[in-house]
Amino acid sequence: MSDAIISLRGVTRAFAGGVFGLRDVTLEIARGELVAIVGPSGSGKSTMLNIIGTLDRASSGTVEIDGHDVARLKDSDLSALRARRIGFVFQHFHLSPGVSALDNVADGLLYTGVGRAERRRRAEAALDQVGLAHRLGHRPHQMSGGEKQRTAIARALARRPALLLADEPTGALDSSSGEGVVQLLLELHRSGTAVVVITHDRDLAARLDRQASMRDGELVDDRRRTA
Amino acid sequence: MNISLEPARLLPLDIVRLAAYGLRARPLRVVLSALGIAIGIAAMIAVVGISTSSRAQLNQLLGELGTNLLSAGPGTTMFGEAATMEPEAIAMVGRIAGVEAVTAIGLLPEAKVYRTNRIPPSQSGGIAVYAARLDLLDTVSARIAAGSWLTPAPASFPAVVLGSRAASRLGIGSSLIGQPIWLGGRWFTVVGILEPVSLVPLLDLSALIGWPGGKAFLDFEGDITTLYVRTDPAAIESVRALLARTANPEQPNEVDVSRPSDAIAAEAAADVAFTGLLLGLGAVALLVGGIGVANTMVISVLERRAEIGLRRSQGATRGHIRLQFFGEALLLALLGGGSGIVIGAIVTAGYARLQGWPVDIPLWVAGGGMAATLLIGGLAGLYPAMRAARLAPTEALSAT
Repeated sequence: MSDAIISLRGVTRAFAGGVFGLRDVTLEIARGELVAIVGPSGSGKSTMLNIIGTLDRASSGTVEIDGHDVARLKDSDLSALRARRIGFVFQHFHLSPGVSALDNVADGLLYTGVGRAERRRRAEAALDQVGLAHRLGHRPHQMSGGEKQRTAIARALARRPALLLADEPTGALDSSSGEGVVQLLLELHRSGTAVVVITHDRDLAARLDRQASMRDGELVDDRRRTA
Repeated sequence: MNISLEPARLLPLDIVRLAAYGLRARPLRVVLSALGIAIGIAAMIAVVGISTSSRAQLNQLLGELGTNLLSAGPGTTMFGEAATMEPEAIAMVGRIAGVEAVTAIGLLPEAKVYRTNRIPPSQSGGIAVYAARLDLLDTVSARIAAGSWLTPAPASFPAVVLGSRAASRLGIGSSLIGQPIWLGGRWFTVVGILEPVSLVPLLDLSALIGWPGGKAFLDFEGDITTLYVRTDPAAIESVRALLARTANPEQPNEVDVSRPSDAIAAEAAADVAFTGLLLGLGAVALLVGGIGVANTMVISVLERRAEIGLRRSQGATRGHIRLQFFGEALLLALLGGGSGIVIGAIVTAGYARLQGWPVDIPLWVAGGGMAATLLIGGLAGLYPAMRAARLAPTEALSAT
């Protein structure tokens, strides 16, 4: 098994009508790395997220996630990959309304085939990890934006993914809640998870170890922070 | 490539939970679309339930009355005139092997019945006057509602027993037993009123006087209009074959033999055809209910694209998404079908009770209703579920 959790070689994603989401992108991200994919809107960041997250397939080129060549996997194998290895965090949280934080997190484990009691136990541990042990029974509308995003992170965490993909995780939050979320992501990285943050926020990107910059579907810059 | 990952799995119990969760989130819509199915199923259950209850009632009635009664009435002569039978027919029929009881009535065509002698003759009310043998009551399983039956003593007195409809036409209730009525040009005393006679409904609109009374007070000559014959149940066909020839040896073709219980059985059979029609209407209602469920599910899939995308990102396979929405449609239909069966049973029980029938809802009806529900729910859920499963995860997620 290779060292790379993500390996893109010459990846192009073309959409109908001659629009390119990605053009000939080659990018390798190692296990446990902390990377920002940064760029203005329309730069292809979201396409990148979808390709890396195996939610979309490349038109050409090779995509390997966690050592698996995505092009050669069936839908059920891709689902298994997502269920076991990849966690997603979205800008708008995607929490189920009317469902407690505990059950929102526990439902993130639904497709791992684990029984409900065990899901809840793991969910409680994950919520504790993100500092929401006191909010187990709260529903999304009773929580602040920061708490909602931390719940969403706990949901991704509960599956103990090798790769966490965060799409504008602070985009819908004020700066202090955003800071809490950033700290949480940094902490996750320290515990060994590869964290990829997709953002247009250069200040946020600058705080991560590595910044891959995108423009018009191409990777235009890839630099590491010199500590 | 051989994937080394443990596949994504969704526990069966969780499919049920997911379906219930999806429905709980939109209660009003669930109630309304389940109602469509419920009405269809309730209609079908009630139609079948009421019809089987009614048949159970008729069968119970047949059991009580017996199916071993034959009637032999004079038909018409070759010249189209009403025929009669000689009085000796009673004794002759009584000698047929297997006959247990023979009785007879004789029409007095000229006699009319009035409440008093001041009523104009044209207002006779259509009540027929018959001379009746004393064993008529037992032989045709008739019962007295009030007063008493004709007895040997009053048979020669001017006494009359009224059929139930005749009594109400004359305005005579049970409290008026002992009152005189104007019958055939003289006063008769009402001694009793009959309950409705299921096997021989013509008695309901009749005034019955004794056989000797008819001869003594009116111009009754003893000619028989109809013979009623109780037989050994095993011998009914053989008696039936001999009856016409025995009752009128010279003109057996002038005797109409019938089995009064056949009319009740025919009523039960006629009911079946009518039930089929109503059942068809119920099926149409059920179909419309199914379309309602399909509609609800299609809208649900459109509205829940973000949820579908999220689930896909969490590892749900296309099959899992399909199962979730298919399960939801099935559960929705089951809710409708279950309440439909309960509503249908309540309607049946209420109606049967009102009619004084035994309640009879066959198990196959409830089972069939449930099966129809599952079929409809499955069909209604198939397309929306496939549509949800086909949705690309990226497309679903972008629909925030």
